[in-house]
Amino acid sequence: MFQNLGEMLMLLGRTLRMLPQTWGQRRKVMDQLFEIGNASLLMVCVLSLFIGGVLALQTGPVLVDRGLGSVLGGIIGLSMCKELSPVMVAVLIAGRIGSAMAAEIGSMQVYQEIDALRTMNIHPVRYLVLPRLVAICVALPLLVLFSVLVGWTGGLLVSANNPEIALPTEGFLSNLRQSVEIADLANGLLKSIVFAAIIGTVSCHQGLHTIGGPRGIGRSVTKAVVNSIVLILVLDYFLTRVLLYIDL
Amino acid sequence: MIPNGTSPHQGVGVRVRGLRKALGGRAVLQDIDLDVHPGETFVIMGPSGSGKTVLLKHIIGLESPDAGEILLDGQPLHAPGLMDRFRLAMVFQSSALLSSITVAENVGLYLAEHRLHSPAEITRIVREKLALVGLADSEDKYPGELSGGMRKRAAIARALVMNPHLILYDEPTSELDPLIALAIADEIRRLQLRLGVTSIVVTHDRDLAFGIADRIAMIHEGRILAVGGPGQIRQSAVPLVQRFLQAEFKEPNLATETTSP
Ligand SMILES: Nc1ncnc2c1ncn2[C@@H]1O[C@H](COP(=O)(O)OP(=O)(O)OP(=O)(O)O)[C@@H](O)[C@H]1O
Ligand SMILES: [Mg+2]
Repeated sequence: MFQNLGEMLMLLGRTLRMLPQTWGQRRKVMDQLFEIGNASLLMVCVLSLFIGGVLALQTGPVLVDRGLGSVLGGIIGLSMCKELSPVMVAVLIAGRIGSAMAAEIGSMQVYQEIDALRTMNIHPVRYLVLPRLVAICVALPLLVLFSVLVGWTGGLLVSANNPEIALPTEGFLSNLRQSVEIADLANGLLKSIVFAAIIGTVSCHQGLHTIGGPRGIGRSVTKAVVNSIVLILVLDYFLTRVLLYIDL
Repeated sequence: MIPNGTSPHQGVGVRVRGLRKALGGRAVLQDIDLDVHPGETFVIMGPSGSGKTVLLKHIIGLESPDAGEILLDGQPLHAPGLMDRFRLAMVFQSSALLSSITVAENVGLYLAEHRLHSPAEITRIVREKLALVGLADSEDKYPGELSGGMRKRAAIARALVMNPHLILYDEPTSELDPLIALAIADEIRRLQLRLGVTSIVVTHDRDLAFGIADRIAMIHEGRILAVGGPGQIRQSAVPLVQRFLQAEFKEPNLATETTSP
C-alpha cells in the first residue's frame, strides 16, 4: 500500500492542477454529486442519529451520577462535530462511494475504455478523476454538517427521554451552544475535506491501476475501501494533533 | 484545429523503426520496420496472436516500445504537442465504447469534450456518421444493448467523427455481415480518396485486404514476413504467406472419416 503513496500523491497533484477546468466538467460533477447524495443521505442520517444516541446513553448516566449532567450537551456537541461525524461519515462514504468509483474506473480500465479516451486525446484524469474528486470534496463536508445536526438531535432525544438521564431539552441546548463554537464546526469540516480527498484519490488510483479481468476489479474495490479507511483513521490522529496545536 | 476542414492529403506518414516489445516475458514484437506513406491504405495481415493489436497500440501511443521508435511525419510520437497537432483515431478490436453513456454520446464525445462545435452541430454530425454506418435508429441506446457488430460500427463512427489524419482499424469487419462489411470497406476507401486520410487496417479478411489495400504487410510471431502491393503479396515466395492466403474451407469428407478405423 505504501509504495503506492507516491503515485497517489502524484495523481492528487495532477488533479489539483486541473482544478481550473472543473467548470467544463460541471455536468459530470453534478451527476456525481447527485449519485453520492442519493446513495448516502439516508444512511448518514440513520448512522448519525444512533451515534448521537449511543453517545448520550454511554456518557449521560455517568455524568448525571456525579452531578455533571449539565455538560452533556457540550460533550455530545463537540465530539460529534470534531470527531465522530467526520470519521464515521468518511468511513461510510469510503465503503459506499469509494468502492463504486474504484469499480467503475476499474472496469473502464479493464475493458479498454480508458485506452479509447486516450486515443481521443481526452485525459482520463480530467474526464474521470477530476469530477469525482471535486464532487466528493463538496459532498462530504455537506454530509458531515448534516450528520452533526442529526447526531445532536439523537443525543438530545436520548438525554431527554432516557429515565436515567432525563436532561431537559433547554439545558442540553444551552450547554451545547456555550461549548461549541464555529471554529469547532470548521475543524470537523476541514477534516472531512481531507478525508474526501483521501477517498477520491485512493479509489480513483486503484481503479486506474486495475489489471486483469473481473477478479482484478474486485481486488481494486477491496483495496480502495480498506486503504481509504486505514488512511482516514491514521491521518485523523495526526490531523487532530495539528489542529489542536494550531488551536482551531 | 479545424476538425471538419476538407483539405485533401491530410494524412500523415508513419515510420516504424526497429520496434521491439516484450509482454509477459515473451517477445511479442521483434524488430518491426514499416513505412506507411501519407494517404495510403495499409493492411496488416497475420495469424491470431502474431502481435497485430500490440503493433497498433504502439503506433497510437498506448504502449511504449522497449526499443526502436515510431515517427509521425518524421517526428517522434512522444514529442510534446504532437497529439494536439495530429488527430489519430483507433477502432478497437473490442470496440471499447464507454458503457455508461449512449451511442450518440460516445460518437460525439470527442467533439463535445474538446468543445469543437455547438451541441446542435454535434448532434447533426453524430446523426450523419451514425447513418453512414447504418445505426441511425440506435443513437439513444447504450452500448450494452447493441450486438457486437453494431458496437463495432458505432466505434467506427466514433473514429470518423474525429476527422483524423490517421485511422487505425483493428479488425473492422470481423463481426460484420458481408453487406455491412462492404459498406465499411467503401467508407475506408472513400475517406482516403476524399480526404487523403492514412489508414492502417488490421484484418484476417482476405477479401477486405485485397479490396482496399494499397500495400499489405504480413506479420507472423512479431516479425514482418513480407510487405508489398496486393499483387506482390499474392505472388510472394514466402511459404507462410502462401499458406495464409490459400487456406480454404473444404467440405470435410465425412464418408471416408467415418469408415476409417
Ligand atoms: N498485456 C499483455 N500481456 C502479456 N501478453 C500480451 C499482452 N497483450 C498481448 N500479449 C501477447 O502478445 C501476443 C500478440 O497479441 P496481439 O493481441 O497483438 O495479437 P493479434 O495479432 O492482435 O491477434 P488477434 O488476431 O487474435 O487479435 C499474444 O501472444 C498475446 O498473448
Ligand atoms: Mg488483435
